[in-house]
Amino acid sequence: MAFAAKIRQLSLVMAAAGGLALSLTAQAEDTIKVGVLHSLSGTMAISETTLKDTMLMLIDEQNKKGGLLGKKLEAVVVDPASNWPLFAEKARELIAKDKVSAVFGCWTSVSRKSVLPVFEELDSLLFYPVQYEGEESSKNVFYTGAAPNQQAIPAVDYLMDKGVTRWVLAGTDYVYPRTTNKILEAYLKAKGVAAEDILINYTPFGHSDWQSIVADIKKFGSAGKKTAVVSTINGDANVPFYKELGNQGIAATDIPVVAFSVGEEELSGIDTKPLVGHLAAWNYFMSVDAPANDEFIEAWQSFIGNDKRVSNDPMEAHYIGFNMWVKAVEKAGTTDPDKVGEALIGVAVPNLTGGYSAMMPNHHITKPVLIGEIQDDGQFQVVWKTSGLVAGDAWSDFLPGSKDLISDWRAPLSCGNYNVKTAKCSGQNF
Amino acid sequence: MRLVLCLILLLPGLLCAAEVETGDAGLDAAFAQIMDSDFELKAQGIDALAATGHPKAEALLNGLFDGNLRLHRKTDRLVWAVDADGGYAITDVFSGEDLGIESSRKVRKLPINNEVRVRIQAALAALDLNSPEATRRLAAVESMLTRPDPAETAGLKARLAVETDPAVRAALEIALAVVRLGDADAEQRLDAIAALHGRLEPAVRNALQRVADADREDAVRAAASAELVRIDRENERNAMLETLFFGLSAGSVLVLAAIGLAITFGVMGVINMAHGELIMLGAYTTYLIQQAMPTLPGLSLALAIPAAFIVSGLVGIAIERGVIRFLYGRALETLLATFGISLVLQQLVRTLISPQNVPVENPEFMSGLWQINPVLSLTYNRLYIFLFSLVVFAALFVVLKKTRLGLEVRAVAQNRAMARAMGVRSERVDALTFGLGSGIAGVAGVALSQLTNVGPNLGQSYIVDSFMVVVFGGVGNLWGTLVAGLSLGVANKVLEPWSGAVLAKILVLVFIILFIQKRPRGLFPQKDRAAEV
Amino acid sequence: MPAYSGGRVLLIARLLKNDRGGQVFLALLVATLIAVPILHAMPEASPWHLPTYAVTLLGKYLTYALLAIAVDLVWGYLGILSLGHGAFFALGGYAMGMYLMRQIGDRGVYGNPDLPDFMVFLNWHELPWFWHGFDSFPFALLMVGLAPGLLAFVFGFLAFRSRVTGVYLSIITQALTYALMLAFFRNEMGFGGNNGLTDFKDILGFSLQADSTRIGLFLASGIALMLGYLSCRAIVISRLGRVAAAIRDSEDRTRFIGYRVEYVKLAIFTFSAVLAGIAGALYVPQVGIINPSEFSPLNSIEIVIWVALGGRATLYGAVLGALGVNYAKTVFTAALPDAWLFALGAMFVLVTLFLPRGVAGLLRRRKKAVVKVTPAVEEIAP
Repeated sequence: MAFAAKIRQLSLVMAAAGGLALSLTAQAEDTIKVGVLHSLSGTMAISETTLKDTMLMLIDEQNKKGGLLGKKLEAVVVDPASNWPLFAEKARELIAKDKVSAVFGCWTSVSRKSVLPVFEELDSLLFYPVQYEGEESSKNVFYTGAAPNQQAIPAVDYLMDKGVTRWVLAGTDYVYPRTTNKILEAYLKAKGVAAEDILINYTPFGHSDWQSIVADIKKFGSAGKKTAVVSTINGDANVPFYKELGNQGIAATDIPVVAFSVGEEELSGIDTKPLVGHLAAWNYFMSVDAPANDEFIEAWQSFIGNDKRVSNDPMEAHYIGFNMWVKAVEKAGTTDPDKVGEALIGVAVPNLTGGYSAMMPNHHITKPVLIGEIQDDGQFQVVWKTSGLVAGDAWSDFLPGSKDLISDWRAPLSCGNYNVKTAKCSGQNF
Repeated sequence: MRLVLCLILLLPGLLCAAEVETGDAGLDAAFAQIMDSDFELKAQGIDALAATGHPKAEALLNGLFDGNLRLHRKTDRLVWAVDADGGYAITDVFSGEDLGIESSRKVRKLPINNEVRVRIQAALAALDLNSPEATRRLAAVESMLTRPDPAETAGLKARLAVETDPAVRAALEIALAVVRLGDADAEQRLDAIAALHGRLEPAVRNALQRVADADREDAVRAAASAELVRIDRENERNAMLETLFFGLSAGSVLVLAAIGLAITFGVMGVINMAHGELIMLGAYTTYLIQQAMPTLPGLSLALAIPAAFIVSGLVGIAIERGVIRFLYGRALETLLATFGISLVLQQLVRTLISPQNVPVENPEFMSGLWQINPVLSLTYNRLYIFLFSLVVFAALFVVLKKTRLGLEVRAVAQNRAMARAMGVRSERVDALTFGLGSGIAGVAGVALSQLTNVGPNLGQSYIVDSFMVVVFGGVGNLWGTLVAGLSLGVANKVLEPWSGAVLAKILVLVFIILFIQKRPRGLFPQKDRAAEV
Repeated sequence: MPAYSGGRVLLIARLLKNDRGGQVFLALLVATLIAVPILHAMPEASPWHLPTYAVTLLGKYLTYALLAIAVDLVWGYLGILSLGHGAFFALGGYAMGMYLMRQIGDRGVYGNPDLPDFMVFLNWHELPWFWHGFDSFPFALLMVGLAPGLLAFVFGFLAFRSRVTGVYLSIITQALTYALMLAFFRNEMGFGGNNGLTDFKDILGFSLQADSTRIGLFLASGIALMLGYLSCRAIVISRLGRVAAAIRDSEDRTRFIGYRVEYVKLAIFTFSAVLAGIAGALYVPQVGIINPSEFSPLNSIEIVIWVALGGRATLYGAVLGALGVNYAKTVFTAALPDAWLFALGAMFVLVTLFLPRGVAGLLRRRKKAVVKVTPAVEEIAP
């Protein structure tokens, strides 16, 4: 049984604890090291451990295919413990001490912000797999998750198309929801939505008592206009939020909730029967019918030894990012970060939804945008899909501060935030 | 040929349309649309299906809605699918033929989206309007009242002409009165406003608002405005009641989380940082029991209460016997040791079960809401948990005040040496007291599993709040914990609409800090010296 | 403290009299401060070379050590278990962070010379009033001490005057840091919300990424730790310190004798908060980020644990605890990413059970060969 396997695993871990660190120093020199920087303890472990396992699987598979440049890949896993300064310390350790060739990691924006100066200073590569608020483009970071224009705006377009005229923007009080909601608010107003038809609400991290807010949403939605909730509520707070929605009887047919941070993994912690029809916008769903996806899911479930285990969007982002890195290393013939970084731009690899994703000059990638409705089995059913691929936009056109900025890391410009008005490149750390 | 075409047209996620043979021309046409990948066409197909008047139409609509109606891929037959070992047990919809068990990949769901769901609900309500059962007719009218649609007026009128049930008649008249608010005749409109007197439905309010804003006649506008004032006054009163309930409910969660700590910390003086993890263990016990009997969520929840008490209680006793008993008299050091234990317990759950959250189902009776009136409703899970917290409190109170164990606990807490001299086996009492507090924490975990995440971090999110509640109430005083928990909950909920959730929490914390200045021993100061740590 | 005009060396000698642990610790600290820059300057191929990574890490540990001393001063010598010292640390850090943010100038991603990046993208139009002045280093330094000092003073004034003691005091210090954490998370506060302040460029014109700046910051942390230690020693052996110990052992009796207990407490508490603030200010440029999670109640509890682990009421024990736990964390999180919490948790439990006076107590016992273990830590008077 799985439980017995876990016990065995635990006892192995404990045995390893006995023989500790020193034995680990003797390692074969002839490997290419890949850093994995995901929290395995603390608040973010819930989401990030899966990504660590995904990376281990991808590296394992690549080794089965013969490794890279004739060498084996070796994963270096550390635990930054959901502690943001520790992220910076661990990033430094991975690059300077372990000499990894690239790092795959981070989940929260703050962890990325914390390690960013380290990557720029030590000139290494970070692949960041989570949807985020944009407003950033670094020479050393490759953003394989969605920028707001690859998730939020298409979702709002979809709902508008369905006749929604009144909007609740509910989010956790941090930068991603704040920025996304700023962008959406500007976008909605540009589309002629009146200010009194937009309700913005922020809650603290891990908020667990949603009674008043859900009741407010219910009241806001009973004004006779079709209302939808755009949720940028962060991971942990979602379970009590959806439970409260279900209990207060807000069905998707009355007030649909479209979420940007709720995927298969989050739903696996909820009983989804009362939530059927609520929406999520992502660039990947586990239910997508594509051969690459079937293959990936099968490999994942057998790697993790659980045929109930789900896959989700950030996992696909790591899949894409890792394959891009492999391809770029092969193209460059070296793991030197500068050369690989250059080679990465323009690399295209298959994604899991049946197409190809390409790395753009602004270090964001092209992705399809999918909208799915929650089903009673915890999966999403795709109800809408962009006809083509959407390229990630680092700088939003809907924010006054960033609408004049562009990012292009190719030779003549080589700048992440070039202001087309003042023709200046600012904020570069190298 | 169709296969080739399908392959060409195949979009990921959207499956190719298949044709089904139903043996009825009308149904065939409807299903041709329902099987299409375009949701607009699907929705039209729903209307067509409802319009066929086929005896199975209602069952088919329900099946589409619930997802029991599926397509057997091999034979292109519509089947009823029921969960079974190894996939689904399927039977043909029209012939009733038993087709055995098929793996889940071979019976395809007919995808629907929210629009289609709305159409199905409307179609079902329209069918229900003429159902032989009065309760279903009533439900249909009420559902139409929340989503008024002018297209349904004729159906409502026709029904009213033949309706005999007084409750349904009344509901129909209300629904029609909303329609009559748009009548050309001012008398009719005034009459409709009068008929709507006393109603609180948001749809009624919205309709009245439109009349009050834009009616041509002054008299009609005035009547509507007067009615609106009454509705708003009524709504305000209901909103206050609602806030009070929300506050008590939030408070009851605090009480549940803190009450075990009121024993281990309040009575025994152990700064038990592992308290949150004991709650977490209770929640995981609920999860494991539910996994063992997935078909009986109600029973498993009931069983989880004693089980969680035992699991957390035993862990508590183990902690007490293994660590804490060496630390009596060094209260602050219990903080250290129990903090270490909390880290270990968290990681243990991550390693043994999963670092992810686990799903705990709400049984039927814990779901849904009790609709008191159209604008005031209480959710059952909150209501039960509120009552549950009172029961737990009462039980604990009785144990401490009326049993021998309680007497000994209080004796040891007040004066250990004297209690020992009187023949109390203080070691045993310590272990049992700590076990009791821990067990109660486990029971709280069962309740929390119904409200929030069950994951390795569950405990951490309650530990700080729990200490606040115990200290605010007065260390060592159970009543204090109850009053403190409930009043902090209510304060939070009263502030929340006005200041937002984040600021409300900050204000409550500042209030606690200032309150402690005023009463340095909490709400109900302990008179003896038990509270000195 | 009586004026003692025998020169600096004599003063130090006096402060460290009867403090064997302190003597050893300061000697080691001085040795480290000298050795690290030399080792760092070694050629990279040399086995003796100390990488920049290690220098920054050491610098960070030293700031933690200073923070631990601040906690030990109030807990070990005054009997106040503060579960909110992380707040003072973070406030000092924010003051420094704000200075560093202002130093970015127009080199931010938006190139806005007047506003930090996070304000630009949240559509702020002008600098909030409390950001003014942080362009100047001396002002920022002043705020590093003033912000935590003032908070501690006001908080302490209220709490000590009302005679809030014991767990009640501990819990309201926790409430304080918790409330501040929630407040700083709010983006409306103007401190960058959850992301906090990051992407610093330089300090006093020196690039933060330069090795020499890192060495400089490391040395500054070491010197601050040394001065912090000496000043705490000075307090501890002064009359103020003895009254403090009396308060710790019996507050009521001290009050009846005629001491104004609340003033003594207030003075030491405020000083300790300033010390924590300075530690925070040195911490931020070395780790490159300050955000509200530094206010988290669990962080403050962890600081207390360093002190307890190292040994309460010894000062050098606090340093030992801070260094030990953080080093263990660094090693465990890399070597045992899946199981390090077991190791750390077990360490806390075992030390509490078997080393009631912390590691410092162990050292002391060895030296004096005292076998008897008395439970009350309070008995270890300086």
